[in-house]
This record gives sequence, C-alpha cells and structure tokens, in this order.
Amino acid sequence: MIPLKWEKRLQEYLQNRELWIKELYKAGSFWEGRRKFLKMAAMAAGVAATNSLLPHSFQLVDIVNAAPQGQQPFTFAYISDSHLYEKTLNERFVRQLERAVADINALDPQPDFVLYGGDLAQLAQPGELKLGAQILKQVRAPIRMMVGEHDWFLDLGDLWKELFGKPYYSFDHKGVHFITLMSVNEKDFWTAKNLSPMQRMQIVSGLDDGRQSSFEVGEEEREWLARDLANVSKTTPIVVFSHSPLYKLYKPWNFWTDDAEQVQALLKPFQTVTVIHGHTHQVLSNRIDNIHFHGMLSTAWPWPYAPQGLPKLTMQMNRPDPFNQTEGLGDGIIDVLGNGRVNKRYDLWNRNPLFVSAQYLDSNGASDNPSKTALPSY
Amino acid sequence: MNRLQWIKLSVITLCALSSIIFYQSVKAQEPVQLPTHAPVSSDGKNMVVQLCDGETNMEVKGVKPGERLSPDQAQIVSNQLMAQWLAKQPKEVTEAWMKENLIVKNDQKANAQTTSSNEQSAQDQPIDFTGRDYQMWKKELEQEVSYGDQIFHSDSLLGSTNGVACAMCHPHAANTHPETYPKFQIQLRRVALLRDMINWCIENPSRGAKLHPDDPKMRALEAYIMAQRKGTVMEPGKH
Repeated sequence: MIPLKWEKRLQEYLQNRELWIKELYKAGSFWEGRRKFLKMAAMAAGVAATNSLLPHSFQLVDIVNAAPQGQQPFTFAYISDSHLYEKTLNERFVRQLERAVADINALDPQPDFVLYGGDLAQLAQPGELKLGAQILKQVRAPIRMMVGEHDWFLDLGDLWKELFGKPYYSFDHKGVHFITLMSVNEKDFWTAKNLSPMQRMQIVSGLDDGRQSSFEVGEEEREWLARDLANVSKTTPIVVFSHSPLYKLYKPWNFWTDDAEQVQALLKPFQTVTVIHGHTHQVLSNRIDNIHFHGMLSTAWPWPYAPQGLPKLTMQMNRPDPFNQTEGLGDGIIDVLGNGRVNKRYDLWNRNPLFVSAQYLDSNGASDNPSKTALPSY
Repeated sequence: MNRLQWIKLSVITLCALSSIIFYQSVKAQEPVQLPTHAPVSSDGKNMVVQLCDGETNMEVKGVKPGERLSPDQAQIVSNQLMAQWLAKQPKEVTEAWMKENLIVKNDQKANAQTTSSNEQSAQDQPIDFTGRDYQMWKKELEQEVSYGDQIFHSDSLLGSTNGVACAMCHPHAANTHPETYPKFQIQLRRVALLRDMINWCIENPSRGAKLHPDDPKMRALEAYIMAQRKGTVMEPGKH
C-alpha cells in the first residue's frame, strides 16, 4: 500500500502532466507555422509565372518583374548529390533523397523541369544506381540527369548510360540554351597500378584521396561543346550544368576542373552564361567575367568550406549542426529571368531559404546581398 | 490491475532494465590491456636470456641462473641475441635497423665532440637528446597518425554499420576543430572533449559502437585529427 502522501503526489503529477501536454501542443503549433512559411517560400517559385501577391520578404518578386523581358521567365528545380547506398546498408540517405523528391513534387506551380546534379550513387553499384532511378521516377516534372564521379568510376559509366542516356548533351528551353557536361573525367591513374574497378571507385569516392587525378571535361567533349555552341547566337542566354565547379577552387578536394579555363574561353563570347554545379554540397557563389556560378545542396551530407580559394562573392551558409543529421542539406529552385540571368534559391532543410540573386552577382556584391551567416566556418 | 499495481510493475521493470544498462556501461569502461611479456624461466643448469621481443632466447653456458653477467659477457650475449633476431627479419627491417644503428654511432661521435667543447664553456647545459631520440619520436608519432588516417577514411575500420566514414563529412579532418575543445555542448549535457564528439559521430552518423577513451583506435583518431590542425591557435570553448 502506498502511503497517503505519495498518493497525493501522484495526483499532483498527473495534474501537472495535463499542463505539460498542453504546453507541448502550443510548441507544436510553432512548427505548424514554420511549415506554412516554408510552403509559402516554395510558392515563390511560381511568382515569375503567376505574378501572384506574395509577402514583402521575397525580394525575388521585385527582381523578376524589374528584369528586362527578353523572353518568358520560368523556373526549374534541382536535387543533387544523394550518394545512395543500398537501402539495407543505409536507409537515411534513401529517406533524404525521398524527402527532396517530396519537396519538389510539392512545388505549386510545378517547375518546368528538375535537374539531377550527379552523385546519385555512392560507389556506382548497380543496386545503388537502380534504387536512385526508381526513386527519381516519382518526380512529377520532367527530369534532366547529370552524372557525378560516384556514378561513374566503377564501370566508367556503362550502367549509368544504360539507365539515363548520354552523359553530355544540350537542349533548348523557352529561349535558353542548356548544356549538360560530364566534367568529372579523370586521367587514367588505375592501369599502371593494376587497380580493380572497385579499388578505382573507392579511391575516387574519397574526396581527400590524393591517389586520383583531377577532374576535367576533356578534349573530346570540349570539341563537342565548341561544335554545339557554333550554332547558338551570342545573345542567347546559356545555362551550363556541370558536376564539378567549372573553375579552380581547391585542388586537394577536386573542387576543381583542370581544363576550366578552356571551357570558360568557349563560353566567353556569349553575353549571359550561368553555370550550375554539384559536388561541393554547400551554398557557393562565384562570378568570372560574364559567367555566374552557383553550387547545389546535397541530400546526403554537407561538405566543409575549402580552407583556401573560396570565391569572394560566396556568402557562406551557416555551419551545419552536427547534432542534426539533416542540417546543411536540401534542394532548391532556379528562376530564369527575362534577361536570361538566374536567381538561385537554396532550400536548406530546417532553415529559412537562402537567396543568391542575379543582381547580387551582376553588381559584384554591391547590392541585394544574401543574408550573412552568424558563425562562419572554422 | 489497478494503478498501484501498474506502478509497482513499472518500477521493477525499470530497475531491471537500468541494471542491465549499468552492467553494459561498466563492461565498456574496462581499460584496454596493453601487451605484456613473460620471460622464460631459467630452470635448467644455465641462465637463459630472452630478447624484448618475447620470442628470441639464448642459453648462456657456464652461467647459473641468478648469477651476474660481467659487462663483457652481457655485451656478447646481447650482440648474439640481436644477431639471431635480425636473421629472422625481412630485408626492409634489417636495412632500417642498420640505418638506425648508423645514427646511433653518429650520435656517439657528435656527443664526444660536444662533450669536449662543453669543457670549454661550462655554463652550457649538456645535450640530453640524440638524433636517435628525434627519429624515434617522429617515427612513433607518424605511425599513430597514419593509423588514425586509415580509421578516419574507412567505415569498416571505424566499425560503422551504414557505410559512413569520418572523412565523408570531414575531408582532411576539416571542420573537426579539435582546438575548440573542451567546450560545453548542451546536447551532451556536459563539457565535451574531442573524444566525446568522435564517439557521438561514431554512434550517430556512422551507427557504430562507441570507443573506450583508451582504445587504440580512439587514440589514433585523436592523433590524426590533431596532426591535421598543427599550428592552429588553441581556443577552448569556441563555438
């Protein structure tokens, strides 16, 4: 038999518990509000097309309307760097890709198409690539695939090409010329060392593994690019997709393309060029003359900022919180403006979206600065 | 059952569960056993001397167990033991050993010179460390760092169960910032050391079993991470 005073305390506890639960519900409504906000942010994607009324906080709106109307503005979305293992080994990476797919499918209106930015698989295993292909089939909008080094160096692209087609190609959409490059070719470091395909794949999959070569577009593909661009008017806006950044940032991590200058030279005669790249798993902005560069977020893990060579125009994203495994991850959208320039939106999970506008890069950081991070990287 | 019985039952279950968890944690705290070396006993007529590898033995004829070897005898015995050991080693080891021996000889020469010059300036402090010391420190540290490097880059050596290795988020140990520890981490509810964060990463992103603080793998990981930040200013408490 419990003494009377304990019985009384138990009663008190039960009463307090009611209060607690009520408090928790209140906290819950905070998250509800936040979710609504994010949904609203997602809706900004459609602003260019719909001119609908939106909160003042989305500068995106004004910029879109202020841009000279050379052509019809439109929006596309991206998902990148999912690094899938098979589901039995690592379910988290799979869930995270599914989350990105759900994000993009929830966009209303839907983007014109979705770019997949490469590194769908972690070790290019058939189980990984096929799983990725299956998940990406759930994307409602048409999808444009790009290859990454993690998809490639087991069988040098055989299965990837079988599943997704050509690793480099171009297409036109609403007056913009799009080019997808395969920028992660590496000079043969494996034959001389007599490495197996899996050993080769594992070396390339190590970002800081110095036994590999540097990424390059390569001569053959550069020749193709020159031929492709020969038929394009110099005033046509160009958007290039490449897995590696098409400039030289930090060689030890292959944040780098060895023949970047040669590719940039091919793009120089064009008035408006934008490069959207994967591989770096972070908010990354740069401008070299007429070319604007934007990085993409990963759905698997964020990379630290390189210790050297970070472009001046990059406004770093907040340091990911190691206690939250979806920090620093996400997906995003790209608004192509009337003048062919793009506004980039990074939809960081758990955080407010981060905007990097064409105006910011055009003005070399003089105006429309993205919000600053509270704690820069170490 | 009424509420009272429920409470009794849950208290008993809780006690049982927590004792299991406590036992598990005590088990995990057992220190790592370093290798020991038991010399062979000299139970026969003659003294048996064993080399520090714990394997190479030599019987000294004419010397009874418990007797003292003269310095000359001891030198002969140790030379013969080393010769026996060297004969068993692969070529690389023999070569490395010869090289090290050369350094020792050069040290002896250099020391002889320093000693004679020291006689002239008596205020100078004698040199205690030899080239061999420096070489040993460097080699031992490099081995530890290199082992840490391997674990840091291998999900299987780390004991990860989901393919996630340290270097996948921390290339060259970037953003591990060992110089900022110790610091209070509210998520861990205490002032965290680097090893606490290493264990957090092993248990969470990598889904492995956490390491004892004295585990050779933990020590090697710390060595590798610290070595990557050589020259960085210490800033304990930085967030």
